[in-house]
Amino acid sequence: MADETTRLATAAGPDGTTDVPEHLRRELEEAFERTVGSEGRVEPRDWMPEGYRKTLIRQVAQHAHSEIIGMQPEGNWILRAPSLRRKAILLAKVQDEAGHGLYLYSATETLGVDRGELTAKLISSKQKYSSIFNYPTLTFADIGVIGWLVDGAAICNQVPLCRSSYGPYARAMVRICKEESFHQRQGFELLRTLMAGTEAQRAMVQDAVDRWWWPSLMMFGPADGDSPNTQQSMAWRIKRHTNDELRQRYVDMSVPQAEALGVTFPDPELRWNAERGSYDFGAIDWDEFTAVVKGAGPCNAQRLAHRRAAHENGQWVRDAASAYAAKQEARRREGVAA
Amino acid sequence: MSDDVTAHVEGDPAQDLGTGVPQARWPLYEVFVRGKRGLNHVHVGSLHAPDDTMALHNARNLYTRRNEGVSIWVVRGDAITASSPDEKDPFFAPAGDKVYRHPTFYDIPDSVPHL
Repeated sequence: MADETTRLATAAGPDGTTDVPEHLRRELEEAFERTVGSEGRVEPRDWMPEGYRKTLIRQVAQHAHSEIIGMQPEGNWILRAPSLRRKAILLAKVQDEAGHGLYLYSATETLGVDRGELTAKLISSKQKYSSIFNYPTLTFADIGVIGWLVDGAAICNQVPLCRSSYGPYARAMVRICKEESFHQRQGFELLRTLMAGTEAQRAMVQDAVDRWWWPSLMMFGPADGDSPNTQQSMAWRIKRHTNDELRQRYVDMSVPQAEALGVTFPDPELRWNAERGSYDFGAIDWDEFTAVVKGAGPCNAQRLAHRRAAHENGQWVRDAASAYAAKQEARRREGVAA
Repeated sequence: MSDDVTAHVEGDPAQDLGTGVPQARWPLYEVFVRGKRGLNHVHVGSLHAPDDTMALHNARNLYTRRNEGVSIWVVRGDAITASSPDEKDPFFAPAGDKVYRHPTFYDIPDSVPHL
């Protein structure tokens, strides 16, 4: 029986949608659930439920798009970095974001989609990216705050995903998390430097923190009660904690860091709750979150227009590379024939 | 992979992009990196490139930004022949019932040294 299932799983192709008899389909599903339930890993050509594949494609592609769009708010400051040291660091960081996007596109492709298609969906707004990148970077302190708070939130989200049930995604996350640590530390160091500067520089840091704190909390997504897919994703082990659990963990980690830095978060309700052993914090403005997700953030249009222009303006480079490869291949063949 | 039905579920495919000229897709390359001398090359991911040389350069830029490697292999995905993915695959069955290939199969008194 196991042999028959194996053959069918292979014959069914990556989407598993070929007409599999009902009893065998159940057997495949049970095998899948056993693997996932016992902390096993699902690998690219394994049979997997359609919903699992679709959810993963959406999740990993959205993550990849976020890395790529995330290059923009920081890239905005490369030419205006105040020193060669800061410029080299920022350049390396933005290059890492591109790399992270590519690791993730690579993982998505193992699920049977083409990355050209994913780019097309990004620039035609058919797939989303993290709303945090729809906020502008107004001063150089924003670069530090993005590293500290935004990358800090990303790390909080991503570390548990190193144990995602889907092998290629988990492996990409391991690689990404290693590199994110540099991102967060460089941000914090940048802010410490500013805080040791003039009054105006300290005010600049506080202003940036005030603008980024709430959007950072929104990065964890809707409250658990409004996140209908969470339970299924957790059962599939492609999400390891709920949005609110991760958000609380992030707040608890960030408060002592803010104290060390000498800044405050713009939330009068933020205070230690000894009973819970956690910080209480104020209500998030979910109307703002929804509006920005739907495209009304300060930079949504600009971010997409820039990504689209980069894609279109890069067409000649891709064409040239293809033409060169074709020419080399033709010459090689001629050489072989001669 | 082209038979994946989820690929177009959210909307139209990419035809309305760029100059509108249909593009040939660059082939997929799998990337293997030797972390340091003395270790095997290990698979680290994949990328697309128009040719082998570009694939190697892209792999350098993408997978070894922090001295992760001393040597890289890039292999076109379509050049790889793979066994069936399921671990229960009868392909591996011949190894299953040959416990005598393992040293622990043999009962030797503890008093015998160096064995």
